[in-house]
Amino acid sequence: MLKKISFTVNGKEVSLEVNPGETLLEVLRKRLGYTGVKKGCAVGECGACTVLIDGTPTDSCIYLAVWADGKEIITIEGIAEDGKLSKVQEAFVEEGAVQCGFCTPGLVLTTTAMVQSGKKYTREEIKRELSGHFCRCTGYQNIIKAVEKSLED
Amino acid sequence: MTVNVVGKRVKRVDAVAKVTGKAKYTDDFMERDMLVGKILRSPYAHAIVKKIDVSKAKALPGVEAVLTYKDVPDNKYATAGHPYSLDPKHRDREDRTILTKKARFVGDEIAAVVATDDLTAEKALKLIDVEYEVLEPVLTPEDALKENAPLIHEEYDNNIISDFGYQIGDVEESFKESDYIFEDEFETSIVQHCHLENHISYAYVDADDRIVIVSSTQIPHICRRIVGQALGIPWGRIRVIKPYIGGGFGNKQDVCLEPLNAALTLAVGGRPVKIDLSREECMIATRTRHAFKYKFKTGVSKDGKLIATHITAISNNGAYASHGHSIAMSAGTKFRPLYSFKSIKFDPVTVYTNLPAAGAMRAYGVPQIKFALESHMENIARKLNMDPIEFRRRNLLGEGYVDPLNGNKVLSCGIHECIAKGKELINWDEKKEKYKNQTGIKRRGLGMACFSYASGTHPVGLELAGARIVLNQDGSVQLQIGATEIGQGSDTVFAQMVAEVLGIPVDMVHVVSTQDTDISPFDTGAYASRQTYVTGMAVKKAALEIKEKILNFVWGMTDIPAEALDIEDANIVYKHSGEVVMPLSKVAMQTYYDTVFAKPITSDTSNNARVNAMSFGVTFAEVEVDIKTGKIEVVEIFNVHDSGKIINPQLAEGQVHGGVSMGIGYALSEEMLFDEKTGKPLNNNLLDYKLPTIMDTPDIGVAFVETHDPTGPFGNKSLGEPPAISPAPAIRNAVLDATGVAFDRIPMTPQRVFEKFKEAKLV
Repeated sequence: MLKKISFTVNGKEVSLEVNPGETLLEVLRKRLGYTGVKKGCAVGECGACTVLIDGTPTDSCIYLAVWADGKEIITIEGIAEDGKLSKVQEAFVEEGAVQCGFCTPGLVLTTTAMVQSGKKYTREEIKRELSGHFCRCTGYQNIIKAVEKSLED
Repeated sequence: MTVNVVGKRVKRVDAVAKVTGKAKYTDDFMERDMLVGKILRSPYAHAIVKKIDVSKAKALPGVEAVLTYKDVPDNKYATAGHPYSLDPKHRDREDRTILTKKARFVGDEIAAVVATDDLTAEKALKLIDVEYEVLEPVLTPEDALKENAPLIHEEYDNNIISDFGYQIGDVEESFKESDYIFEDEFETSIVQHCHLENHISYAYVDADDRIVIVSSTQIPHICRRIVGQALGIPWGRIRVIKPYIGGGFGNKQDVCLEPLNAALTLAVGGRPVKIDLSREECMIATRTRHAFKYKFKTGVSKDGKLIATHITAISNNGAYASHGHSIAMSAGTKFRPLYSFKSIKFDPVTVYTNLPAAGAMRAYGVPQIKFALESHMENIARKLNMDPIEFRRRNLLGEGYVDPLNGNKVLSCGIHECIAKGKELINWDEKKEKYKNQTGIKRRGLGMACFSYASGTHPVGLELAGARIVLNQDGSVQLQIGATEIGQGSDTVFAQMVAEVLGIPVDMVHVVSTQDTDISPFDTGAYASRQTYVTGMAVKKAALEIKEKILNFVWGMTDIPAEALDIEDANIVYKHSGEVVMPLSKVAMQTYYDTVFAKPITSDTSNNARVNAMSFGVTFAEVEVDIKTGKIEVVEIFNVHDSGKIINPQLAEGQVHGGVSMGIGYALSEEMLFDEKTGKPLNNNLLDYKLPTIMDTPDIGVAFVETHDPTGPFGNKSLGEPPAISPAPAIRNAVLDATGVAFDRIPMTPQRVFEKFKEAKLV
């Protein structure tokens, strides 16, 4: 039984019929072509598939597509504006926070949400916010630097 | 040359693609009507398929094909990502078929289905009826070595893959000369790479009837050959394409999916089929790091000089040979350039067990032996009542050492400077004094460990690397390499090398990141920390050839002799004054469009490295141990490396960060667990397998001692793998310093630590 849902992805309105068992990850990647959303474990352990749902970083692999009805979704493809990198993206490039790049979209999105919150974060708080993201390449060192740089005024 | 980009913190050439989500990985390419391939895995560690009935699965609507061992070629092949050898004796053990009638570990590949979607494929797997004859599983190397142990591969007489070792000098004679003999035993655990992107590939037959495989692989050219061998078809009929990959760490230096993927597309008339392993599958059905048991017997003189060591090793290889005995031999080889021994006897045995196959993983056997050896060194220093650093220093080899077995010569060595720098960074002397006589619940301690490593595999393996450069009309160039970017940053350092030689900015070097075996130059791929060293030389040679051709072309245009010219900042200049003769772009246009002399400038070269530079380094760690809970916290950790000239400090630091973090996981938390009776995996997922999170990772300090190795393209030596080698023993030695308890096994999980503390009556 298909269910019709409507939501926005990166500001663009989308309406489509989904199977109730389909995850948001599958719909974004396979149906809509947002391949910047990565699948690392499919069970909410690694954070690679993170997208912003109404501004909140969420594992799209364990978020059913039907739940996205009426929501605003932001994927990594929606972060750069008019081809210009966001402050967060710039910081990840500048600080060498990218290696294989597979965890990068999720981390950029969580960091974006932190910046948008307007809050101040200590280093420990930054770590806590990012603790749902695995990275096997960087030892997280330059990622923390990139997040700190993103949060600078 | 004024550009000087080698040695600079140049931004990654692929960073923007990766932060914007534009970088395409295997799963990001859309083929029309892609079918799904899934694998039926054995629930038993050791069993024979007596009967298999696929009729119900085949009848399920949406199922396009079901294959068992009966439907695939019966060719035995080896999966290790090693260069082919023309000498049959030098080849890896060929013990695999695409699907198997005999299950040799829980997860072994019995059958496969192709269906229109994931769900149908999953349902079809459940409809395959298999009757197994369950055999006694062999789950430890000790059991595998027993006389009359069940044979895991019947075609061999026993479960030993190899027990080939070596002896230098005569250890028994040297023991007689020794004042003391020290003996120790150590054990490491099975760990997994946990690259964020699981193994994935898709395959189809193209319009020319050739099999195209897009795969997340570190070794596209080797993959092509192995698929050809497995299917028994000409290698040229196969085309392997490697896009961006989400990490590998050696696990993708093995051919895991591609032969089956090729067989699956052939079974459905060449339609595209994708195999996308789940995390749970990837953690058992690709490769792991070998668990080792080491025994050391070492003779030492009164004044703390090492005289002889006899090393016995048992390597648990799991169900299939994969890289097999090469891992033990790599371990037995790469530690040698560090300390002076008059005699060494190395007796390794690599055995099959009914566990997932172990293969290559970052630093290839060396983290295991160095955990053991550096722990052993620490124990000896304590027994001799010597300062552990002084004890090591007294025995270091250094420049001029020629390895008696492989002939490799140490031409640069900064190990003494690395030790001095690390000691200073961690404030060793002051803290050692401060932490004397601690009695509280939380105790701090300091430890260190050294390592040596190689750059590539010479002379064991062929070290061939290709590079191709084309000068474009605007003076920019394309660089094609067969070497693979797997996250380590090779594309960026190659771009820097070309920019340096050609005198152009890095952004005028377009690196073709995708490898395609139809197009890319031949290169064996990313492993053994070889690419910046071996492929780097090919890249340098290609760039030098382009430069020579450009300057000769300008000579023709201007009559200024080539030797009087240079290229700076994309201009042709007089070498003596730097005065601009013309922009490089003008020359480039002439090479394409001059009505008489047009001849586009290209180079296509390769490097067959018959040299190998030794790299060195050290970890210094400070820990705080909670005696009551057994929790170990790494308070400070510094890795200091001699990797020769550092081509890009930012990327180099990144390699060290990642390697050290992997080393911390190896020391404290990571371990694959299996049921002791059945061999069933217990934690093959990222929740139960304790990979370090950002919360578990301390600040990681990095420093380099830059030597210049004359054999490296820019004086550089290996760096990719070495950072993962020495953290575990340094942490173990720090725990010993803090508590007086000498651990002989990793990981030092709170449970294990607590038990050992109880044994030592600390709690």
